[in-house]
Amino acid sequence: MKINTIINGKNIIEEINPSKRLLDYLREDLRILGVKEGCGEGECGACAVLIDNVLVNSCLVAVGYINNKEVVTIDYFKNTESYKIIEESFIKEGAVQCGFCTPGFVIATYTLLKKNKSPSEEEIKEGISGNLCRCTGYNMIVNAVRRASKRGEGVW
Amino acid sequence: MHEISKSVNKVDAADKISGKAKFVSDMYFDDMLYAKTYRSSKSRARIKNIFIPDLPEGYYIIDKNDIPGKNKIKFIFDDFPFFADEYVNYIGEPILLVVGEKMEIIKKIFSKIKVDYEEITPILTIEDAQNKISKPIYGDDNIFASYSFEKGDINNIFERKDIKIIEDVYETGYQEQLYLEPQGVIADYDYINDKINIYGSLQCPYYVKNALMQAFDYPENKIRVVQTTTGGAFGGKEDYPSLIAGHAAFASFKAKRPVKLIFERTEDISFTTKRHPSKIKIKTATDNKNRILAAEIDVKLDGGAYAGLSSVVLQRAMFASTGVYNIPNLKVTGEVYSTNTIPNGAFRGFGSPQAFFAIESHMNNSALKLNVEPIDFKRINMVKTGDPTSTGGTFRDEVFLAKMIQKADEMSDYTKKYRDYASKNCNKGIGMSLIFHGCGFTGSGERDIIKAEVKLKKNENNTVEILIANVDMGQGVHTTFKKIVSNVLNIPLEQVIINNPDTDLVPDSGPTVASRTIMIVGGLVSKAAEDLKVKWKDNEETVITKNYIQPDYIEWDQDKMKGDAYPTYSWSVQVVEIEIHPATYEIETKRVWSVYDVGTVIDENIVLGQCDGGFAQGLGYGIMENMTLKEGNILQNSVTDYVIPSSKDIPKMETIFIDNPYKEGPFGAKGAGELPLVGGAPAYAAAVQNALKIKINKVPLIPEVIMEVLENENKYNN
Repeated sequence: MKINTIINGKNIIEEINPSKRLLDYLREDLRILGVKEGCGEGECGACAVLIDNVLVNSCLVAVGYINNKEVVTIDYFKNTESYKIIEESFIKEGAVQCGFCTPGFVIATYTLLKKNKSPSEEEIKEGISGNLCRCTGYNMIVNAVRRASKRGEGVW
Repeated sequence: MHEISKSVNKVDAADKISGKAKFVSDMYFDDMLYAKTYRSSKSRARIKNIFIPDLPEGYYIIDKNDIPGKNKIKFIFDDFPFFADEYVNYIGEPILLVVGEKMEIIKKIFSKIKVDYEEITPILTIEDAQNKISKPIYGDDNIFASYSFEKGDINNIFERKDIKIIEDVYETGYQEQLYLEPQGVIADYDYINDKINIYGSLQCPYYVKNALMQAFDYPENKIRVVQTTTGGAFGGKEDYPSLIAGHAAFASFKAKRPVKLIFERTEDISFTTKRHPSKIKIKTATDNKNRILAAEIDVKLDGGAYAGLSSVVLQRAMFASTGVYNIPNLKVTGEVYSTNTIPNGAFRGFGSPQAFFAIESHMNNSALKLNVEPIDFKRINMVKTGDPTSTGGTFRDEVFLAKMIQKADEMSDYTKKYRDYASKNCNKGIGMSLIFHGCGFTGSGERDIIKAEVKLKKNENNTVEILIANVDMGQGVHTTFKKIVSNVLNIPLEQVIINNPDTDLVPDSGPTVASRTIMIVGGLVSKAAEDLKVKWKDNEETVITKNYIQPDYIEWDQDKMKGDAYPTYSWSVQVVEIEIHPATYEIETKRVWSVYDVGTVIDENIVLGQCDGGFAQGLGYGIMENMTLKEGNILQNSVTDYVIPSSKDIPKMETIFIDNPYKEGPFGAKGAGELPLVGGAPAYAAAVQNALKIKINKVPLIPEVIMEVLENENKYNN
């Protein structure tokens, strides 16, 4: 199937098997490697990307779905103003340990703060509940999201 | 606060946040092949025949015949083969690899492979092993290791009429590490120089190197192991990477091309090592002043099909089996059994979580029976500075338990809440656990087995390179070690260099395990930096080497298991408050509090991260992480079925540190990695007990277990 898509700002028109997992297309074909495979079944959120600005686990989506849509991964999102605020907040709050889940958490944080610029503790936990972290116990990630929400007014 | 405790930006954070950090799955080599493991579908069988279809050009089968040296992974016991040799002993045991360029084709080849098995009755449980229902798997008794130690005279006490005997059996199940990055390795055989290069997600580069030297029968200079950024490990990448590094290396050796072997999640959950299931029997004798005079404890672990690290896990479980209590008359026995199930291995805590769940629950159950509050019962019996350990060593360094309990009580209002919840049926509960963790290797292991060596290399440009084999797997080794060196030398952090270890460049400072990295290796690095400070000459290269020397006051007899089992101990008091839904028995964890003594905190954020994360894993162990076998198959083999805590399961955590510098540790630091996990499950179980007034003998306390206990109506107060 001929797929017409924009991935990380680049227009791609190419013949691709539409049933291929988006995660495999990004990682294996395009070598966009900030997207991680943690579970392959949509539970851990390490492969989270934005499709038309909506948070999606790329292991659950087939390439056919991105036809006429725009995909943004951490590898491109890192150039934004929003990213800089989230990055600083994650560093300051010690929210990064092994780092395998972190790009997914960053994308989830952005999605949450775009919808709700000053979320409560419960709303933060809800907002990141699609992402699993085995290292931190989440407290420092919650603090990082709160810090980002305070610092990022008007950015999202 | 100590100057060094002030948090700095974690040195690896920025690259990890932006996705730039390269994990092993992110590495691609020219001409690289992929590998997939073909596994046994039987718990126990003799392989009669293997049918291999015709292979397309460039595709390979790798099996036991492709191993140049010994088909055993080098460990404490040499019993674990890389590939099955005639017999298979658990479902998932590797039989062969299919290797080639395209995974689709590998999978097609897979579907055409046929193995004919002659089935043998499997031994699936500790009871099967004890009852010898089938030919033994290991030795003639199915026991990989058994130990015993004692002090005083228990028989005299148990015969007395004026004591109260309380006896129970405590059970814990599997726990899966579930690091977010699955196991993976790339092997690149350099056939021009006849050298094997390994890149992998691993904790112990030299374990892998030693395993491959034996498997290839190669000298030291022909095997190189490089750790790649590791996405969590928690013990799961201590022993297992030696197996898969071997697999990829045999394949690369045969194909003369780089070979990548990355596990899928289901494969990782189903077939890699886990925390040992346990059955711990505790019998205590208590006098009328609620002093425990004697205890008889037996620890049984399910080791799985091959021994791996099981013998050492058993030792740690046994040494921890009396908890933080001073029991003058004691007999501890332990056995680890072989069964036709997945081999168990290292997981943060290493035997200690099982032992502490058992003893802490026994203390709580006993307190209910003796009609005393658990915390009072514990206070009467807990150790003080200078008291003997279970093995007759000495708690030499200051023990601050009483102060820590007081702090935890102030933070959480434990005592008041406990009485309040105990006096009514409000479905609320609060529980407290008292824990120690022995830091470093057991006994004289550091001196006799590990023999750590570290190097500091000062370059001409005045940068200082830390050369150690210990890895940063998320716990912050790169940051804390840079801090130690920069603080000793009084130079900026940026002037200190540390990279992922490459065995061609770093000495063997030992494995990244046993809460030893900061205390033992960091201590050596700190001493090396002190030397360098004296010898420092601007713009001159200097290399300082330091080797571990055991403090002379440590005395340990490994045969009798007598003396100081550990150089020192870290301590914790953890409190959990819960509320139970009266109809569904679903439990909400409302708040948690903890007080830790880990010596000097090297970096507040990093140590707090260890404490939060460890506590969360301990809560998972107590609350929800349920893994069971059916006919040797793991039933919960996906992240959907094996549920670990999400952000919604973990409440706000409040943590404080007690300042208690340890003189042998760098700036006074002790071990902190494992300790926070250990008290999670027992504190949680205590909270459930406070709410429901029931005896608790088992974790995880999933609603089904609670319902079962309530139906059995085991109310202690009646």
